[in-house]
Amino acid sequence: MIPELGHYALVLALALGLVQSIAPLIGSLRRDAALMRLGTSTALMQFAFVALSFAALTECYVTSDFSVATVYENSHSMMPLIYKFTSVWGNHEGSMLLWVLILSLFGASVAAFGGNLPATLKANVLAVQSWIAVSFYLFILLTSNPFLRLAQPPLEGRDLNPILQDIGLAVHPPLLYLGYVGFSIAFSFAVAALIEGRIDAAWARWVRPWTLAAWMFLTVGIAMGSYWAYYELGWGGFWFWDPVENASLMPWLAGTALLHSAVVMEKRNALKIWTILLAILAFSLSLIGTFLVRSGVLTSVHTFASDPRRGVFILGILVLFIGGGLTLFAWRAPMLKQGGLFAPVSREGALVFNNLFLTTACLTVFVGTLYPLALEAMTGEKISVGAPFFNLTFAPLFIPLLFAMPFGPLLAWKRGDILGVAQRLMAAFAIGIIGVAVTFAAMGMGSVWAPFGIGLALYVMLGSLTDLAERTGLFRMPFAIVRARTFGLPRSVWGTAMAHFGMAVTLLGIVSASTWGEERIVALKPSQSVSLSGYDLTFDGMRQHAGPNFRELASKFTVREGGSLIGTMEPSKRTFASRSTSTTEAALMTRGVSQLYLSLGDVNDDGSVAIRVYFKPLVLLIWLGAVVMAFGGALSLTDRRLRIGAPKPAAKSGKPALQPAG
Amino acid sequence: MTRKQRRLILIGGSLGVLAIAVALVLSALKDSIVFFNSPSDIVEKHLGPGARIRIGGLVKDGSLKRSENLNVRFDVTDGSHDIAVKYQGIVPDLFREGQGVVAEGKLGPDGTFLADTVLAKHDERYMPKEVVDALKKSGRWQEGANAAAPGAASGGKTP
Repeated sequence: MIPELGHYALVLALALGLVQSIAPLIGSLRRDAALMRLGTSTALMQFAFVALSFAALTECYVTSDFSVATVYENSHSMMPLIYKFTSVWGNHEGSMLLWVLILSLFGASVAAFGGNLPATLKANVLAVQSWIAVSFYLFILLTSNPFLRLAQPPLEGRDLNPILQDIGLAVHPPLLYLGYVGFSIAFSFAVAALIEGRIDAAWARWVRPWTLAAWMFLTVGIAMGSYWAYYELGWGGFWFWDPVENASLMPWLAGTALLHSAVVMEKRNALKIWTILLAILAFSLSLIGTFLVRSGVLTSVHTFASDPRRGVFILGILVLFIGGGLTLFAWRAPMLKQGGLFAPVSREGALVFNNLFLTTACLTVFVGTLYPLALEAMTGEKISVGAPFFNLTFAPLFIPLLFAMPFGPLLAWKRGDILGVAQRLMAAFAIGIIGVAVTFAAMGMGSVWAPFGIGLALYVMLGSLTDLAERTGLFRMPFAIVRARTFGLPRSVWGTAMAHFGMAVTLLGIVSASTWGEERIVALKPSQSVSLSGYDLTFDGMRQHAGPNFRELASKFTVREGGSLIGTMEPSKRTFASRSTSTTEAALMTRGVSQLYLSLGDVNDDGSVAIRVYFKPLVLLIWLGAVVMAFGGALSLTDRRLRIGAPKPAAKSGKPALQPAG
Repeated sequence: MTRKQRRLILIGGSLGVLAIAVALVLSALKDSIVFFNSPSDIVEKHLGPGARIRIGGLVKDGSLKRSENLNVRFDVTDGSHDIAVKYQGIVPDLFREGQGVVAEGKLGPDGTFLADTVLAKHDERYMPKEVVDALKKSGRWQEGANAAAPGAASGGKTP
């Protein structure tokens, strides 16, 4: 009964979506307020029905209803409850349902919080949003129905892929989807603006908070995915330039560019056409990402071939929205009015520089990700494009971007003084150069890249703070004035500084962990030790014990630093009978922001066990940096300027003005 | 500066950056891509030693030998040809005889493949073919149902 209810709710959502695709559009053409308002109600109801459908599927998983095919395929009655929840989206069908749930959530948010939008714009945005929703409802209902029943219900499920039986599955996909799907709002706004043929600075002010929110989620989502891969896969790597990772990086790059160009549009009414194009591109890349991951074209070419309907269907959606969006752009964009003028050296100029390098870097990732697929489709030749390719293309484009980063916020709008800014960045330059020199001296004649990377990171860190120091008059003004200015600064200024600072923190972590990390692979017998980076690890022994749906071979290692005991590490191997497979659970020991990383290999006949042990200096900075970046985004989001519907200073009563959902 | 001049600077700059990017991409594509070969490809193409390649196939039953210092030897087969592979280190969890494997490295002078990376399939739901066929007949087989979630595959060492 429950699965049918969920299925039916999804069909109802589709019906509502169809109404919402057309009615508000006609309403805006005819200036029919009632028809336009219809979109608001349908968007809210769509969300309610998709949520109902999602709840129904969750219920099937929680009660282990193995008569539902996807539950049978991906769940097990003995699995801990948390994994029963997360396995709802730990498979193709369920994750698509999560996709549309978040899509309808964003649609409903525009309906609920967009009260101050011009009626026609709101109607058109909701209609476009619904086109996307309808195509994905159809995709789910026609090719990936999560509620499909089995004629003879099995007694036990086949368990969730053991690699996914981790708290990471609870965090990473929802965050990533909030990011991916969040860009649909920017897309809908862009297409709505093109339909109306009218766009102004206010448009950018409405789009920016949505983009910012999506960007924050995507930033944290990517970082969490990276951390998950780091500790779960047992390789100690944090980024593999795997096509699936690139699929999430591309929308991030385009979204970051969009955030910055929307600033120019909002403040200076310039770069309008470019911003519209970026909004279309950011969501297009999200769709391409969804296609790459969901169609099976990446995990295995055979999945795609054996079930062509899914791949072809998403490809159809892709062509429809990207092709349609770009065609509409080509047709309508020339009608949009040109914006303000600015000199090449100016804040606008710096943001154009940012956009140029971000989009170009995005392009290189795009080529590196899709070239192997294209080559295989055309010639049958199979190649792999890995880290060396991206180190040679992506990195050189990102370096100028990072170098220019502190300049941007310090340059004046319209016409900037680059020498003056360079002068104010003197301290940052000095720190950077000292960083290079110290690292170089410490390392000897080793790599040139590591000292350079450290110097660059330090320079960007201090450079980001320079803007704050300048604006608050730190070191120049009396303390009282500095304090007053500190609290008076717009939060978006703090947000910018934090986001830029976070980027540098991530860079510092990447350079440090990949340059000074140590790795040992050895086979140890009980009571034997291995030393690495000043730590001694002694293998104490192993024992078997049973988990809820697996057997675990746990080992124990005593860790000493300079002879004194600092703790134990217990890496293990889990064997899942239901899937006759095993996973390696690495053990991590955090020392400040560095980590010791220990994972088990095979147990040999002579009682020795192969281990892989790493020391990763400052590795946690990689993900902390991303969190700092997202926090900067959150600060910026609370800026008064972005609180839509608060044109006058916020009332003393403290009643929160209408805010975009974030 | 007129609007036209500014636009020219902008377009010129963009084209410049784009040209640099294209040059980087082309040179990187020439040097850093790795071709994938099946054991038959290696035999038929008479690939010589030295070039960095990937090979893929099944780990041949009964060919896996472990020795001192984490040395591993096994044969990769595609049914018609076998290639001997030598590797030192820890093999992935899902690496076992009869399962799919991808190895990256170089061919040695004696025709042995010297692997420095060994990747096993990421999604392991292995089933004997008869079971798959039986499930298909009974209508229980869900095509693509075992596609991993995005998170699963991120960082995926999946070929």
